[in-house]
Amino acid sequence: MARLTIPAEEYLRAGHSACPGCAATLVMRYLLKGLGPRVLLTVPASCWTVIATPFPTTALDVPMVDCAFEATGASMSGLRAAADALGLADAIVVGFAGDGGTSDIGLQALSGMLERRTDGIYVMYDNEAYMNTGIQRSGSTPQAAWTTTTPVAAGSRGKAEPKKDIMGIVDAHRPAYAATVNVAFPEDFVKKVETARERSGPRFLHALSPCPPGWRFPPEKTIALGRLATDTNLFPLYEVDEGRCRITRKLGRARPVQEYLEAQGRFSHLTPEETRSIQADVDARWARLLAREAQS
Amino acid sequence: MSEAVISGNYAQSYAAKLARVHVVSAYPITPQTSIVEKIADFVASGELPAQYVKVESEHSALQVCISAAALGARTYTATSSQGLLLMHELLHWAAGARAPIVMGVVNRAVAPPWSLMTDHTDSISQRDTGWIQFYPESNQEVLDTTLIAFRLAEHPDVRLPVMVTEDAFFLSHTVERVDIPSPACVDAFLPSRSREGAVRLGARGRLGSFTGPDLYMEFRYTVARAMDRARGVLEDVEAAYERATGRHHGGALPTYRVDDADAVLVTMGTATSTARAAIDAMRARGKKVGLAKLRVFRPFPAREVAELASRVDRIGVLDRSFTFGAAGAAFTEIAAAAHDAASKPILRDYIAGLGGRDLAPSDLDGIVSRLLKADASGIEWYGLKRRRAEVSSWPA
Amino acid sequence: MTRYETVEDLPEVPVAEEPSESIRTAGWRTFRPVIDRGKCTKCNVCWKFCPDVAIAIGEDGYPVVRLDYCKGCGICAEECRPLAIEMVQEE
Repeated sequence: MARLTIPAEEYLRAGHSACPGCAATLVMRYLLKGLGPRVLLTVPASCWTVIATPFPTTALDVPMVDCAFEATGASMSGLRAAADALGLADAIVVGFAGDGGTSDIGLQALSGMLERRTDGIYVMYDNEAYMNTGIQRSGSTPQAAWTTTTPVAAGSRGKAEPKKDIMGIVDAHRPAYAATVNVAFPEDFVKKVETARERSGPRFLHALSPCPPGWRFPPEKTIALGRLATDTNLFPLYEVDEGRCRITRKLGRARPVQEYLEAQGRFSHLTPEETRSIQADVDARWARLLAREAQS
Repeated sequence: MSEAVISGNYAQSYAAKLARVHVVSAYPITPQTSIVEKIADFVASGELPAQYVKVESEHSALQVCISAAALGARTYTATSSQGLLLMHELLHWAAGARAPIVMGVVNRAVAPPWSLMTDHTDSISQRDTGWIQFYPESNQEVLDTTLIAFRLAEHPDVRLPVMVTEDAFFLSHTVERVDIPSPACVDAFLPSRSREGAVRLGARGRLGSFTGPDLYMEFRYTVARAMDRARGVLEDVEAAYERATGRHHGGALPTYRVDDADAVLVTMGTATSTARAAIDAMRARGKKVGLAKLRVFRPFPAREVAELASRVDRIGVLDRSFTFGAAGAAFTEIAAAAHDAASKPILRDYIAGLGGRDLAPSDLDGIVSRLLKADASGIEWYGLKRRRAEVSSWPA
Repeated sequence: MTRYETVEDLPEVPVAEEPSESIRTAGWRTFRPVIDRGKCTKCNVCWKFCPDVAIAIGEDGYPVVRLDYCKGCGICAEECRPLAIEMVQEE
């Protein structure tokens, strides 16, 4: 019998309301396995508002305080201030928000939380659109992706603008720790959570969260698609620990990004030229990341 | 107890310190700023061992307080005007989440045009949100009411957030002699808030679930019921405060010389002090006039208003704000409460003093004189500068 | 579980404390996983990747599907290296 490669303890309960194959549940599941039970969680309007189930049930064994859409960063600061004032020294404050709630409407509060050095871990689960409201584009939607507000038609080729670089924005605030994590690599995910737990000050995790209904792929492919995202270098796995950058997964040779794009209906309209352009962008960002790691 | 000559703003700062708040979070806006500057001094010097979270907007300030209160912390914030409007979404949230936050609101006009001066539109426009609202008229009352607010907010039958307002500059920046209760006195009146929050570290629990049409209405009823209970609880809390300090500010609708009055003016905030002087001057001239101070706007003292309406032929309401398309808010609610009075008083709404326009004793005299001569209910914009009268729209 | 039907049933502060297991999501699925113990190597990958916490590890080390909750997403079958899991259509 193989030993478990991630902690056995569960803090996520069955019966939750997530879509079949939802990666956002695994983001929460792996996060809490790494952090343990002394978590104070705050969640804004997002898929997880619904996933957690309606009154009177909850799908988590840790306390959860819902907050306004814009305000995850502020809610974290409030929980931290209260925990400190009330002597709850071992409480781990966690903000758990989607990409819209982080890089769009929640950006101000995130920046505030980072700037005032709130001791807590902010986790952005990135399904690359406003999924809870039915797949509308966010600042985190990748270029060329179909969404309901960036349709594919005569005058529109999916989202025109590139994806917002949330790790870059967070990096400018010099957090204690920031890392990308991927549900397809649970051991790497949990290890980074454990590292984050050991640090104090503002910490940030960017979690890729493939979404079957939003990205248009069958639910059994969630993990495979997550794996491809990293193995094409489109979503590199790395951490910046007190300023030092380290890539935590490198293949000798990356897979072509086309394999990743072809597996999703939201990119089914791409021309070979558009795909080449995306490949060039992936390659350029990977090269910059390698250079940054070399200088760390 | 110590005596000091302080502004209304500092009165709130001292009250927050005496209340031993755990968490303060605020964003600067004129004319609230000196409240939180003074609190920052208290925290920096160690006089107030609180967590002071310096946020990047008022919306975030209130979110900090709501989440901190969820864990059981005693919280305080303050704002004005645009800042209060920015908090609007979270004002609803604080009440629905039963967060016993106390907030100072320095009543300032809303933009556009920009104005820093006294006007009640900011807090009056939040009257739907489930916050208890007080309108003090002196710095002493500001301090006393802020202390009362903590005990009222945290009472198990209430558990609602409370706003303590101050007229911009008239109270916020003008100094008066204030008796500051001793820490021992306040500790006896206001016990340290129990650590019991809505959620607990290490325990399963979610504050903020969504709910369907089958139960949402019942949840909202629990908030309505709490606001209703606040009426009775306030009486008890203010009686306890009087035992502790000797001071009582008259309940929700303190009246002055109304017993044989032909006309009564209802005022809120600092206009009350001026009106009291005008009433005395008119009484000296043989006019039978009186004053009612609308001190607690939420929960609205409908019973007290109905009782007054049954004894008086004319009621004038000085509204320092206006609800476009309708009437002054205080007037509208007084009219509703007076509706069933056996003797139907004439009701006049005087929209006055907006954007800091001064209300001198002669203005209050003028308003009450017009009230005495009115032969029908209606609205007027008192002191509006114009060359031509237009057809007025209410009630025609 | 407590029944919440009237105002009197509601807590004064709206906190939800009941565990979500009272909601049985079995009805969501069209397919359910069937595990072939002959092929299963007890690697625990299916347990690891199940988004619904619907696979438990039995005392003998074999995975056990919690059929009250499994939504039939198929991730377990997809990720199972020994191909020990088959998604079978429900009647």
